[in-house]
Amino acid sequence: MKIVDQAANALSFVEDKVHESHFDRIIWMLRTRRDQAAREVPEWEELRELASQIKEHTLSRLGDYLEEFEASATKRGVHVHWARDAHEHNEILYSILADHQVKNLIKSKSMLTEECDTRPYLQRRSITVTETDLGERIQQLADEPPAHIVGPAWQKTNEDIAELFAKNYGADPNNTDAAYLAGQMRRNTRPLMEHGDAGMTGANFAVAESGAIVTVTNEGNADISANAPKLRICSVGIEKVIPKNEHLAVFIRLLTRSATGERITQYTSHFLAPRKGGEMHVILVDNGRSERLGMDNFWHSLKCIRCAACMNTCPVYRRSGGLSYGSTYMGPIGIIMMPTFDVRRYSELPFSSTLNGSCTNVCPVKINIHDQIYAWREVMEEKNQIKFVKKEAMIVADKILSNPHLYRIAATAGETALSALPRFALYNTLNAWGRHRELPHPVKQTFHEWYKENRPVQDGKEK
Amino acid sequence: MGTREQILGAVRTSQRKFVQLPEIPNFAEDPQNLSEKFESALKRLAGVVVHDPPKDFDQFLRKTFPAAKTICSTAPEVQGNTRVEDIGEWSSAGKIDVTIVRSPLGVAETGSVLLSEDELLVNTIGFLAHDIVILLDPKVIVPDIHAAYRHPHFRDKAYAVLMSGPSGSADIGGKTVHPAQGVMTLTVIYWPHNKQN
Amino acid sequence: MRVGLMVPCYVDMFYPEVGIATVELLEKLKVDFEYPYDQTCCGQPMANSGCYEEAKATEELFIQLFHDYDYIVAPSGSCTHHIRNKFSAAAATPEREAVSKKMLDLVEFLHDVLKVDKFPWASFPHKVALHTSCSAIRGLGMASMSELVHQKSFSKPKSLLERVDGVQFVEFERPDECCGFGGTFSATEEAVAAKIGYDKLAYIDAQHPDCIVSSDMSCLMHLQGCARRMKQEKRFLHVAEILNGASL
Repeated sequence: MKIVDQAANALSFVEDKVHESHFDRIIWMLRTRRDQAAREVPEWEELRELASQIKEHTLSRLGDYLEEFEASATKRGVHVHWARDAHEHNEILYSILADHQVKNLIKSKSMLTEECDTRPYLQRRSITVTETDLGERIQQLADEPPAHIVGPAWQKTNEDIAELFAKNYGADPNNTDAAYLAGQMRRNTRPLMEHGDAGMTGANFAVAESGAIVTVTNEGNADISANAPKLRICSVGIEKVIPKNEHLAVFIRLLTRSATGERITQYTSHFLAPRKGGEMHVILVDNGRSERLGMDNFWHSLKCIRCAACMNTCPVYRRSGGLSYGSTYMGPIGIIMMPTFDVRRYSELPFSSTLNGSCTNVCPVKINIHDQIYAWREVMEEKNQIKFVKKEAMIVADKILSNPHLYRIAATAGETALSALPRFALYNTLNAWGRHRELPHPVKQTFHEWYKENRPVQDGKEK
Repeated sequence: MGTREQILGAVRTSQRKFVQLPEIPNFAEDPQNLSEKFESALKRLAGVVVHDPPKDFDQFLRKTFPAAKTICSTAPEVQGNTRVEDIGEWSSAGKIDVTIVRSPLGVAETGSVLLSEDELLVNTIGFLAHDIVILLDPKVIVPDIHAAYRHPHFRDKAYAVLMSGPSGSADIGGKTVHPAQGVMTLTVIYWPHNKQN
Repeated sequence: MRVGLMVPCYVDMFYPEVGIATVELLEKLKVDFEYPYDQTCCGQPMANSGCYEEAKATEELFIQLFHDYDYIVAPSGSCTHHIRNKFSAAAATPEREAVSKKMLDLVEFLHDVLKVDKFPWASFPHKVALHTSCSAIRGLGMASMSELVHQKSFSKPKSLLERVDGVQFVEFERPDECCGFGGTFSATEEAVAAKIGYDKLAYIDAQHPDCIVSSDMSCLMHLQGCARRMKQEKRFLHVAEILNGASL
């Protein structure tokens, strides 16, 4: 599969001044709100540390907790299935739906199902899938994947959405008021939600002790999807398990504040058993997680609770747009997770970062994101021959920079210096620097030259 | 070997060094002014708080929801005109204009109320109805989420929701708007338990 | 106390005035220092691209030249962060460990070790927009981080500049958002790096400072490139230059 050229995708987005400025503004606003929300909680840093430790503990005994979850859920009448990968997940899901002659499936947001490419799989088998989350629905209508894991449609302006709804719902194309547009969505999608044959949700958390699935939404669409039809399926990644309700409290306090700056979402919902007269299935999905658990440098990414705070603060993500990563998960967390799904396709993502470290600071579960981005670079360089890392230039740089004499010859004042540095430090021709910035001016005298002329050079140190 | 054994095997092969499960400290929340804090938190999420049980509940309903025809109440204090037993398919609860329920727990930190199938009976009346009114005894408002999760509902109810304000969405432009898929408004009435009107 | 002075490769070649200001400043403060003439680079350009093999010899040269000093000082948060926290291409020896432990940014040296409380030779009656690099803030802890909302606000470069007669600071939006340079990033993802830089300049511009100052010339090199492309005349100065008594 083709390697994602995030830089090229980002270039198109940066040049789209309308969407880039819209996106950067909205997404930065979320970072600002997150800061305000964190300020209100004096124990914020302590909560982060607790959340991190709870996740690390659970991951260090993941097998036991998965078994406990399965036992608790099964005891209450939930059917628990296991899927090793995306394909098996889709097969299991389809067989449950086929058994119940499901023709219409209503679905609340689940990034795991994006990972597994579930919607197209079902649609190819003649099951109509209706996304009930407003953002997912917008992207579904636009035939685009999510641009952000919390607000899938944030890359679209109100004008874009008005146009989309005019085309699909007969809405007024000139009415760009958000409340009007949301009302159009409600008008068109509620009937579909009330007539679904089955409902599907993801899970934000799975509580081992009680066997509960926990979903967090603003709209209540997970609640509707899980309760309106009689048949309910929930897909959950195995890393979502946490031990008990008292631990859940820590995450619930951190999640929404980190994501949007609100204290909580409108619906924090806990499902322990099928609804009255209903049937509930949970599919526990591995899809590379158990393998990632064994990676010394990268297993901490399994702590992720999908808040997207890292994306919101990332200066690169906000200017590149979420679609530029060509992946289910984007921004900083995407960079460190996606290579575990496909190490070649996403081999350039670790270079889509300035390594500024803001992401690590906002992560509610203290994933060392920017350290992992850095660590992935070495892995990718060894495995994949990154196209813009010019190996020859690196070898030349190595020779020059490890040899004082050669260095001083290369780094002389004037034009030579200008051509020397970019070649070994920047790995592209001068043109790369010069596309959007002016080049540094050449100097009359380098520091080395000034020092030699103006200060005594120590014996044995001069060459 | 089945997938289950395969996954459990893989997870155990990759097992990390044991990390101790931390104790969750008691974040000594100030138990003062819980009903004020609750109201302030709920207002942020576009919920409404009524401080006292309306003397004439029918009048209150007519004034607050003038277009409402179908009223369904599972709260003993208030009579609706539609019995929850008569709803039929859970997916048809959208025909209800106003749902009235009593909640056993409020959370001051977030403005949330707890509901389960015990209070809703038919879960969908909690979010497919047009509007919802929740009776809440201020005495059952707890300071924070940690306290909330000690409630037994979270251990044994098939469905338990912490509902915080009416259904909304920030998916368009990042600012929350109502309507969304669920209820259009959410009103909490501070109504002491066992107080008839 | 013996100090080894490191002058980064890009300062050597493009901003020698920063190296000169650092030398003069240390001399004014009567610091006993040496400039190992054979120094070249910290190897960051190679390591940041994942090319650890190619960074090894350069790191070893650095270790060989600097391991004997009590402190190693550089007017660069970016190099200091790399040497202190990411030096891993060279073999793990006591010398490598020593170098990492003793590595300080010039600001850290002045603020934490020398605890300089006045710069009587300096006067700078101008409005300064202070940009502190991500390496300095998050890598070295030289200033408080806006993400850590409960952290008490502080800035070592600012504390030093405050001791220079006349310096005023402007506060601008998104004060510690990255400038977009990111070293290799600014070449591999040039357009985004430049956009981040343009945005930062706009936020700074809105406060009408007389100059933009940093303890990291790499950020300023990037911002200067962006400013010139936008045909904006802006003054960029390193903290060392102001502390040494430069005028605008």
